[in-house]
Amino acid sequence: MTMTDQPTGVLGSRMLRREDPALLTGEARYTADLVVPGALHLAMVRSPYARARIVSVDTAAAVTMPGVRAVYSGADLADTWAGPMPCAWPVTEDMKNPTHLPLAVSQANYVGDAVACVIAETAEAARDAVEAVVVEYEPLEAVIDLEDALSDRVVIHDEIGTNRSYTWDLKIEETEGACDAAFAAAAYAVKERYIQQRLIPAAMEPRAVLAVPQPFGGDMTLYSATQVPHILKVMTALTLGIPEHQLRVIAPAVGGGFGSKLNVYAEELLCVALAKRHGVPVRWTETRSEGCQATIHGRGQIQDIELAADANGRLTGLRVRLIGDMGAYLQLVTPGVPLLGAFLYAGVYELPKAFDFSCTSVFTNMTPTDAYRGAGRPEATYAIERAMDSLAYEIGIDPLELRRRNFIPTEKFPYEAYTGLVYDSGNHDGAATLAAEMVGYDELRERQRSQNVPGATKRIGIGLSTYFEMCGLAPSRVLASLNYGAGGWEAATVRVLPTNKVQVVTGTSPHGQGHETAWSMIVAEKLGISPDDVDVLHSDTAIAPLGLDTYGSRSLAVGGVAIAMTCDKVVDKARQIAAHLLEANPDDLEFAGGEFSVAGSPDRSMPLAAVAFEAFTAHNLPDGMEPNLEAHTTYDPPNFSWPFGTHICVVEVDTETGETEVLRYVAVDDCGNQVNPLIVDGQVHGGVIQGLAQALFEEAVYDSDGNLRTSTLAEYLVPAASDVPPVITGHTVTPSPTNQLGVKGVGEAGTIAATPAVINAVVDALSGLGVRNVPMPASPNTVWSIINAAQGGSQ
Amino acid sequence: MEITVTINGKAHTADVEPRTLLVQFIRESVGLTGTNIGCDTSSCGACSIHLDGEAVKSCTVLAVQADGHDVTTIEGMAAADGTLHPMQQAFMENHGLQCGYCTPGMVMAATSLLNENPNPTEEEVRIGLEGNLCRCTGYHNIVQSVLACAKG
Ligand code: FES
Ligand code: FES
Repeated sequence: MTMTDQPTGVLGSRMLRREDPALLTGEARYTADLVVPGALHLAMVRSPYARARIVSVDTAAAVTMPGVRAVYSGADLADTWAGPMPCAWPVTEDMKNPTHLPLAVSQANYVGDAVACVIAETAEAARDAVEAVVVEYEPLEAVIDLEDALSDRVVIHDEIGTNRSYTWDLKIEETEGACDAAFAAAAYAVKERYIQQRLIPAAMEPRAVLAVPQPFGGDMTLYSATQVPHILKVMTALTLGIPEHQLRVIAPAVGGGFGSKLNVYAEELLCVALAKRHGVPVRWTETRSEGCQATIHGRGQIQDIELAADANGRLTGLRVRLIGDMGAYLQLVTPGVPLLGAFLYAGVYELPKAFDFSCTSVFTNMTPTDAYRGAGRPEATYAIERAMDSLAYEIGIDPLELRRRNFIPTEKFPYEAYTGLVYDSGNHDGAATLAAEMVGYDELRERQRSQNVPGATKRIGIGLSTYFEMCGLAPSRVLASLNYGAGGWEAATVRVLPTNKVQVVTGTSPHGQGHETAWSMIVAEKLGISPDDVDVLHSDTAIAPLGLDTYGSRSLAVGGVAIAMTCDKVVDKARQIAAHLLEANPDDLEFAGGEFSVAGSPDRSMPLAAVAFEAFTAHNLPDGMEPNLEAHTTYDPPNFSWPFGTHICVVEVDTETGETEVLRYVAVDDCGNQVNPLIVDGQVHGGVIQGLAQALFEEAVYDSDGNLRTSTLAEYLVPAASDVPPVITGHTVTPSPTNQLGVKGVGEAGTIAATPAVINAVVDALSGLGVRNVPMPASPNTVWSIINAAQGGSQ
Repeated sequence: MEITVTINGKAHTADVEPRTLLVQFIRESVGLTGTNIGCDTSSCGACSIHLDGEAVKSCTVLAVQADGHDVTTIEGMAAADGTLHPMQQAFMENHGLQCGYCTPGMVMAATSLLNENPNPTEEEVRIGLEGNLCRCTGYHNIVQSVLACAKG
């Protein structure tokens, strides 16, 4: 690992994770591990058709089976819902949002759409009864192709009369017509179409839910394998019409999410509704096949991108047309995903105000899509990074050189982009230079020249990706301007207990990111105590009532900063108490190493521990001061944070088999100051492999009737260790100037950067054969056929 | 039918249905929930345990087939005083886990791998673990953990 300028101390150390012992010994409890006596098991009856009218649901045979407590059709429960399944992001005033209920009543709209459910004493009994529910369907023609959907040849949802959900435009021009003029005057222009295939998030822990009615008074506790206990609480209360203050949501250990657990799902609502109705706990654990069909999918876009450039290759105009695949319904933030990418289509490059973006999103008869690691930003980055390679080819210069000509110069930060967004900091040339050095860029180009000679069957390719990530979601006012239905703040409480142990309460909700370790490090640094003396409380709305949870690389840049700010408030209060007891002026007190001392007279000092005890006894506090040492912050960030970096992938493609071998992968990421570089590298490793998996392996495949052909892990190719390379990480450190920790976020960086780096490498390897593009996933078959086609079918 | 399986050194006797999987027996009858379930096609390895000392996916074995046999689960790896098994320790030191869901299975598969091949190359580790999927780590640090454990 290479790194420059990282601060030292507790912050910045490679501290081992406190989460690990419980996870390593099997003591951690995921939702499905929780033992609750008397819980009934929910099982879902799912549509085998992509689109079908529900003629009738006969539950008579199922309900008499042993152990079965009840069977419900969609019609049986239609009155249970106070509102439809929530979509929190109505991106335009006229966005179409078809009614989506936890159980479909009249029409099923994708394979896996739930139409009925069973509760029974055991999971086996429930599953057996599912088989006995007789649903009569009238199959209807399904719409799978995005452009076919757009044509409205077949309209999926009668109630909205079109397959078009919305069109959202973002045209930014210095003067009207500036974009068209840029293309008219361009020395070079490229026009490309890229397909973002659908992906299945496939967190290793399947979703699981357990709703437990509390004795007396109607309170309900909902355990769920979710990233968003706070959002889930609000949405469950609204959808079921139950009082929010009587609902407690707990996310126990959660086994990964990647956006797929950033949602509100039918099974969560059903467990609560049925637990309430029957007065007993109700639980559900997803099977993997259900997960593939009925947990959200990611990506799913057709991207048309055009770049205009001047004679030096500097970008002068950018045009983007997207078709977004919403799937059958809008889930929590489905329609907003393409918007998150809209602001990143110019990547790390200077672009004049000549930008023309439009996205039309359509319904199809497939699983709903929603946020998947990166959410809109990987798609945008893929398009611009692939198009930059095309432009470099067009001009006949090295892709790294083209990027360098277009980078926003380091001295221009903070930089107001064409969109009006202000990029707080950046050093793109620095990151690119380090990555090029680490990978041995010039030698590799040499090797490529000597190896990729005519007739060579093993061809080297080098792929670059220089990316910007817009994360730290998000300034609430910006979200308002995008019509998002919530804010972007995060809450923190820091409580120094009488014995000088510290409780931190955070609204973030980790599911693998190591927040307990990282947050304890922040507090330790700020309060001058040992991280071991800090307990981090989270993911339970009764303990941490305020929060907006974990997604969008927001936890550190918003939640972690909120904690640091709260520590400052604690120190401020402690300073008043210490000054009072030391009979000194608060301004004369220095705080270091967990101790207050009077400037100039170091013998007059008082440790935080003593202050905490005084605050607790409250025997001798300054007049009017409240007892106890505790503070709270709700932090609304002033800006997004802007991590960036350069990834370089080196591949060797065998033109006879179409196989791609990744020879080397270098990732240089700049996420500002690092709280824990061990965790940062882990995030990069995982993100890179997930992005590489989109490039080379993964695709949710549907046939023309709308059957999902990849509904198990035997068919959906999540790569194994033997399929992927090691990831060589490096870092530059450009602290964010907008928060006191100088941090930015790193959860999605790898996924955003990796996909175009890998495909750029594959295309680069084949450029001598006339190949200009390779669709994803670049499987051996696909690559072989592309080569074959480019060679005029002669190979 | 009644079966007796020795799990982590302790004999467990229970009445099971013929269709009960070993993983269900371990999780539900014995109550050891460290062994996870990640799929229904024996693809993910989250359920890996040791059966008579060798790593197997416990979702591919019927409980009745384990009658009279010896099973070690993740709960049986650390010493009685809580000291982590060297493989667990190596995973901790090398950040070989994030969400931890694949981890019990990975640790069981990795210890079994080193039993068979105490000094594997990186390539051999990657191939040896190909039956175990992880969505979080990108495998990089898992491989490092296993190599570090082999080095001792
Ligand atoms: S649960 Fe996936 S292999 Fe056993
Ligand atoms: S650590 Fe999350 S699946 Fe491996």
